Amino acid sequence: MSTQIPKQTDESSETDVDAEVASKGDERRDEKRRRAAEERARRQAEEAEKADDDEETIELKVFRYDPEIEGKQEPRFDTFHVPFTKGMTVLDALMYSRDTYDSSLTFRHSCRQAVCGSDAMFVNGGQKLACKTQIADLEEPIRVEPLPHADVRKDLVVDLEHFYDQMESVEPYFQTNEYPDGELEEQRQTRENREKIKMSTRCIWCSACMSSCNVAAGDNEYLGPAAINKAYRFAMDEREGEDIKQQRLEIIEQEHGVWRCQTQFSCTEVCPKDIPLTEHIQELKREAVKNNLKFW
Amino acid sequence: MHEHDVIVVGAGGAGLRAAIAAQEAGADVAIVSKLHPVRSHTGAAEGGINAALRDADSWQDHAYDTMKGSDYLGDAPAVEALCQESPEEVIQLEHWGMPFSREEDGRVSQRPFGGLSFPRTTYAGAETGHQMLHTMYEQVVKRGITVYDEWHVMELAVTDEDDPADRTCHGVVAYDIQSGEVSGFRAENGVILATGGMGQVFDHTTNAVANTGDGVAMAYRAGVPMEDMEFIQFHPTTLPSTGVLISEGVRGEGGILYNEDGERFMFEHGYANNDGELASRDVVSRAELTEVNEGRGIEDEYVHLDMRHLGEERILDRLENILHLAEDFEGADGLTEPMPVKPGQHYAMGGIETNEFGETAIGGLYAAGECACASVHGANRLGGNALPELIVFGKRAGRHAAGEEMGEAEITTGKDGDWEAADYEFDVAVGETGGQGPAAADGGAVATDPDGVLEAEVERAKARIEDLLARKGRNHAEIRSKVQKTMTANVNVFREEGRLEETLGDLREARESYKDVAVSDPSRTFNTDLIHTMETRNILDIAEALTMGALARREFRGAHWRKERQERDDENWLKHTLVSWNDGEPELWYKPTILEGENKTYEPKSRSY
Repeated sequence: MSTQIPKQTDESSETDVDAEVASKGDERRDEKRRRAAEERARRQAEEAEKADDDEETIELKVFRYDPEIEGKQEPRFDTFHVPFTKGMTVLDALMYSRDTYDSSLTFRHSCRQAVCGSDAMFVNGGQKLACKTQIADLEEPIRVEPLPHADVRKDLVVDLEHFYDQMESVEPYFQTNEYPDGELEEQRQTRENREKIKMSTRCIWCSACMSSCNVAAGDNEYLGPAAINKAYRFAMDEREGEDIKQQRLEIIEQEHGVWRCQTQFSCTEVCPKDIPLTEHIQELKREAVKNNLKFW
Repeated sequence: MHEHDVIVVGAGGAGLRAAIAAQEAGADVAIVSKLHPVRSHTGAAEGGINAALRDADSWQDHAYDTMKGSDYLGDAPAVEALCQESPEEVIQLEHWGMPFSREEDGRVSQRPFGGLSFPRTTYAGAETGHQMLHTMYEQVVKRGITVYDEWHVMELAVTDEDDPADRTCHGVVAYDIQSGEVSGFRAENGVILATGGMGQVFDHTTNAVANTGDGVAMAYRAGVPMEDMEFIQFHPTTLPSTGVLISEGVRGEGGILYNEDGERFMFEHGYANNDGELASRDVVSRAELTEVNEGRGIEDEYVHLDMRHLGEERILDRLENILHLAEDFEGADGLTEPMPVKPGQHYAMGGIETNEFGETAIGGLYAAGECACASVHGANRLGGNALPELIVFGKRAGRHAAGEEMGEAEITTGKDGDWEAADYEFDVAVGETGGQGPAAADGGAVATDPDGVLEAEVERAKARIEDLLARKGRNHAEIRSKVQKTMTANVNVFREEGRLEETLGDLREARESYKDVAVSDPSRTFNTDLIHTMETRNILDIAEALTMGALARREFRGAHWRKERQERDDENWLKHTLVSWNDGEPELWYKPTILEGENKTYEPKSRSY
């Protein structure tokens, strides 16, 4: 997994833009290569020594299930041994297991950098994004399971339809009646207001929060932390007008809205983007109360 | 069977914008995507959107910068469309609620970016793509546009007349990843490909695992040429261990590159005496690798990007996301130490040949975004020009496909205009390997009857899947890995004939191996083994065409550097590379670049920064 510099195979293939610079560079490079080789040899010896004491491979216990394949219809755990490399993440280990041992091992993943939100799973008993969870930080054997409180489709893949439905139920789109007059005019927004909504706009729809929430587990109609956060993102945006804010507060005040939250902070703890979800829910509760008083 | 007026394949920035535009123009539109829209890789774009929004700036200056950045391989009608329409598209996004970073007076912020004569890169922190993607998906939800997510599009339903110019596209065949169902999607008006990048052709890339160039390969096999595929952007600042992108915004805000000796090499070694770190991306990538090759790299692999002097407040305000990425994926704390960076595959300037409305050589088939080549980026894309391309050309393709009258295109497609055959003999065989199996030629060769072609393609796709599941053979992963390794080793920032030929040989072997490919997971439920196996076929076709173009182009232009001739050769090479599949016998040909704009001609000048 690295970009290789084209290796010079023989003398004649050297770049000859500036022979002097090149030859100086060569000398230096050779010297560095010698130094690097020595350093590598030393490090390898060190690591080999360490490997005698430590495990050089890591043990991964992965949940397996496939509704239509005999032998996988009963959920089970498969064990994979993966050679450890520095910086290895749970996603790296899963990909290695799939590409090396069992190509039917199934999990969602795409960007590998914690922005697509595809690979939330249950790792050693916590909701994590596999791509940003370092193996070195985990106790072995590492237990990898699909997100709790969602139907399992296969292996680590869960059904997200319900999550998407909740997200889309809060009118998750910008609404305003007023735009500036000029043809190429943006609406104005203060830095403070942008800062206020900033964290809420970072949601990547991974559904880790929903999976961690006891209330959502017991009440299937509960909007859940992510959807309420989405509502917060718009309700707090000063570019939307007051009447629209009113409408938004009505949505989150519904029976299965903000008042269901029992401020257990589990959503906030698992959020891979550090969104203060519980605070946002609490703030919406306060807004709703203030708003109701206004109409008394 | 599903039926809509317009089918959009892919749900990233270009796909979503195309769908919104088609719907606004009155079409019944549906999006078919192998990922749920919010998973698309547009979300990983960090830096920003170039748009001439301010009085002191102008679209003409933006166009000039873009043509210069393209090393005069951009086509002026497309470049000018990008620069003229980007401002209104940015304002449109703002009116859809996109949370841009703001100035004191409440207007959207803009910052300097490489190769730009004015700080016109509009941004939302270092997560501009994420905000743009989510903002547009919100609008898709608002409009109730149908999205078939986790449906992998396998092939296009294109008629099989001899001349690709006579062929027409009538829909797509897709595989439901969740259930294993194969279904046809009939498009009354048009199919828009918006499948994004093809970074998985390489093994050190900023691209997502899903970026396998599916749309490019499908269009290619159906008869649309791939254009300028040899022009691959290697981003100068990616994290060495994973390829995760560190935004150009870091350098835009004042970040500095140092070699092992602590020298600010962009200046001290004369790579870009004026612009330094903010020279065009290809210039900076080559400078970094030259430093490493000459022994001044750190651990013989990378250089340092230092932003500590910007101060914690400014970093947290404008580049906070970078701190998280460096910490999570490289263990580096950008506030207290420099970050290790090296060049990594980032963007494909080339792609499906289109005109400035997104039309391809095949009737009813469009392309927009990174998978397309209009061309706005030519031989090198400027930072901040990808996101505006998605929205400007996504919108254009959507409107055109929905039937809006948009006038006569100036850019020709296929062999409609001037063209010349390549004068190049490849030592290695290319194209179809012969015989049956998953590597056998495919494309539009099933029916000429517009009504029957979709059904026929569905049947063929079903047979292909049954075959892949039933046969015994080798796993695709080793083939894919071999392709990625040879591409990264030999078709990288520095290119030379012998090594390119070596890669073409490796690709031939990979094609032969692919004849024996098989899927070992027999399940119809979420069979990613099957999806990845089909993607690997696409990677193979693209890698081959890319390498062919790189071998034949014996000059140094933009991102394409050739050891044998280290200078731009306008006399012989001021032209686009095209590769046509021709039902299994790839053909290399060329067409002229269009330098005549609306009111001016962009005369090629030396590109120094």
